[in-house]
Amino acid sequence: MIRPASRIASAAAAPALVVVLLATLPVWLGHHPYYVNIASQILLWAVAALALNVLVGYAGLVSLGHAALLAMAGYTVGLLLQAGYGHLAADLGAIAVTLAASAVFAVLALRSTGVGFLMITLALGQIVWGIAYRWAGLTNGDNGISLAARPAPFGLSLAGAEAFYYTALLIFLMALVSMRILVRSPFGASLAGTRDQPRRMTALGFNVWLIRFLAFLASGFWSGVAGLLYVYYHQFIAPPAAALTASAEILLMVISGGAATLLGPIAGAAIVVIMKNVASAYIERWNLVLGVIFILIISFMPEGLVPGSVRLARAAWVWLRARLPGREGRYTQERIS
Amino acid sequence: MSLWLTLAVNSVALGGLLFLLSSGFSLIFGLMRIPNLMHGSFFMLGAYLGVALLARGINFWIAALASAAAMALIGGLIERVLLRRLEGQVLPQVLLTLGFAFIIADVCLMLWTGDPWQPATPDHLRGAVQVAGLYFPLYRLVVVAVAVAIAIALWLLVDWTRLGAMIRAGVDDAPIARVVGIRVSQLFTLVFALGAALAGFGGVMGAPYLSVYPGLDFEMLPLALIVVILGGVGSLLGALVGSFLIGFLYNFGTALLPDLAYVILFLPMVLILVLRPQGLFGKVTT
Amino acid sequence: MNALTVTGLCKSFGGLRVMDGVDLSVSPGERRLIIGPNGAGKTTLFNQITGEIAPDSGTVGLFGRDITRVACRRRAHLGLARTYQIITLFPHDTILHNVRLAFLGLSPLRWNPLAALDRRQALAERAYAILARIGLDHIAERPLAQTSYGERRRVEIAMALAQEPKVLLLDEPFAGLSIDERGDVQKLLLSIPRDVTVVMIEHNMDVALDFADRITLLHFGKVIVEGTRAEVVADARTREVYLGT
Repeated sequence: MIRPASRIASAAAAPALVVVLLATLPVWLGHHPYYVNIASQILLWAVAALALNVLVGYAGLVSLGHAALLAMAGYTVGLLLQAGYGHLAADLGAIAVTLAASAVFAVLALRSTGVGFLMITLALGQIVWGIAYRWAGLTNGDNGISLAARPAPFGLSLAGAEAFYYTALLIFLMALVSMRILVRSPFGASLAGTRDQPRRMTALGFNVWLIRFLAFLASGFWSGVAGLLYVYYHQFIAPPAAALTASAEILLMVISGGAATLLGPIAGAAIVVIMKNVASAYIERWNLVLGVIFILIISFMPEGLVPGSVRLARAAWVWLRARLPGREGRYTQERIS
Repeated sequence: MSLWLTLAVNSVALGGLLFLLSSGFSLIFGLMRIPNLMHGSFFMLGAYLGVALLARGINFWIAALASAAAMALIGGLIERVLLRRLEGQVLPQVLLTLGFAFIIADVCLMLWTGDPWQPATPDHLRGAVQVAGLYFPLYRLVVVAVAVAIAIALWLLVDWTRLGAMIRAGVDDAPIARVVGIRVSQLFTLVFALGAALAGFGGVMGAPYLSVYPGLDFEMLPLALIVVILGGVGSLLGALVGSFLIGFLYNFGTALLPDLAYVILFLPMVLILVLRPQGLFGKVTT
Repeated sequence: MNALTVTGLCKSFGGLRVMDGVDLSVSPGERRLIIGPNGAGKTTLFNQITGEIAPDSGTVGLFGRDITRVACRRRAHLGLARTYQIITLFPHDTILHNVRLAFLGLSPLRWNPLAALDRRQALAERAYAILARIGLDHIAERPLAQTSYGERRRVEIAMALAQEPKVLLLDEPFAGLSIDERGDVQKLLLSIPRDVTVVMIEHNMDVALDFADRITLLHFGKVIVEGTRAEVVADARTREVYLGT
């Protein structure tokens, strides 16, 4: 199974090209802070969508409470910074809190699967939102928590749009690579197995519950990382970050792009962030647009935009070929019928 | 009236409203296995419609019934036209209801602005009644009475009619029910419309003292979820007990520990999930 | 010592008693056939032996060890494997991957989140070896969704064999097969080494009878007759159950 060097080169060429494109993106965007910031938003939401995709796509467990995990990381950073801790301590604390919360979410939600799992995560997410909103003594309620400044790791300030973009890009690439390794690993295979045939997996000797639990922790970890990016990007966090709408947006990214694919959630994040920015420039009704997109995608492309577009393109190609004159066209038509 | 008594009366009244909301939610979930995420939206939209009708001087009860009918129509249509096409695909069905929840929320915001609306309590329901030397606000008692009456009506419907027998059969085992010739699909539309109507009716009943405001939908939805997790899916008795339990926890929690009201709501749910995941009155499914 | 011992197994679903005090002893290396009309409780018996369903009362023992309270997944590690009457495979994956999962279930490798599964040559080779035994190695890379029903039946058996069980439970391995395919599966079953104990549920008598050392007839959750092939076939109660006379 030794692959020729040329094939390895061509297999490595496409990702390398994309990385180069992403690394030079600020140049293509004319160093315009507004566009660079939108690119940063896409990257941060892509990390969140990749995190949720571990559960939705690979474990077959649909969570509607993931924004709460993201927000919890953001709030922890805000509170620890307020309490006088440094950025590193605050970030580590935030990840620890998010992991602990993920463990609690997982233990409760994994009492059930399918629709029950979705309901429990939704209820848990709303409770976190309720705490953020009502426990004003801790969270400052509706007014939220502001961050004085972005961190400056190794003396490099992230205050500027481009400095932040490169940080987000680095973290995004780390998330993407780790996801790729995870889904191709034996553990990834075990996880997909629990999604498709949990009963058989148990009979084969797999601990289905523990596999799902660990997947939830992995998902929670990257949600926490996305939460760090979120709170540093906005330098502000408030209850809407934990709301059901936010959880639904992340889920929309995963589903619209294509669950259980690596690129789907990223495409979904790009679509949702761009739509949101475009929509909010013209109309105030983002939720309306969100709802309509949801319904359109579910009705016409239930498998997601990336696999869905491939399917539609194929169908269109077959349709075209069938209508072209000549033997080949007839042959195709016969084969279809 | 003492603080405790006021709280207790408010709790019972909220419990009644929650029952109107969650009984339909529970039946829909039990029968169709769809957690209808627009159920809170039916409650809110029903309330807004009620407010609009009341503002035109229409009688309170007629307004409530008209809102319920409108919700039944909208719910029935969504079920018939869209949810039906996704039969058996649980996730798309859930997402569809979520999409509609967002649309309804935004349309309400557009039509009724972001300000809260609080219709006046209808004249004939104002004032207080004296019971055992204590004065109770009449309206709260009426809410409870209506909820209890509807609970009895639902119980009669589900336990004593042919339609109810079909619903019970469908809740217990939809494929078998289909095999024995119950037209499950028509039943689905009917139960969905009934659930929507109950939620809309509850919205109007709640408007005079909860008021109506953007976000009410997603505040009520998790309450309905928690009630059903507590009481057990598809169980009317469970919805009733769960509703009053949450009604008390919510009011007393908000009054005594306002910061932690949501945590207090969360605790019984955790206990139930750990100790009895099928809910207090739910059946174990294999 | 018995390979498999079941004593006083009882199970009710709702008010319906589907298992009513079943006793079963299978010696090491034995081929045991379990027969009985539909609803006799054969698959329920298997589900309780593997631990997928907990019995109301009674015990299950594996080589002298009481495993009644042992989790289903642990029993696989103790050397118990089964196939399903209703095909329970991984439809999105290739035949190779299905078999690979069976190996993975008993290997500590299953927890590894960093290794590349496709590059584990040793694992792939073992899977190919099993697939060669059932004659599917030439289509190992084919997605399961593109295979025939008979091929899937054989993959069911391959997954159980891959786990190198001490006790193998086969739930109607001939169900829905053509005559040619039955011959293939029969050859496959005969090739299972004698150190493996096999318990098989089967309706198809002409292929199953040859295979069995002893036969147990189950009816309404009770053992009606047990003995050698000749004894069970000759027993009046067998005819009563099957012919209703």
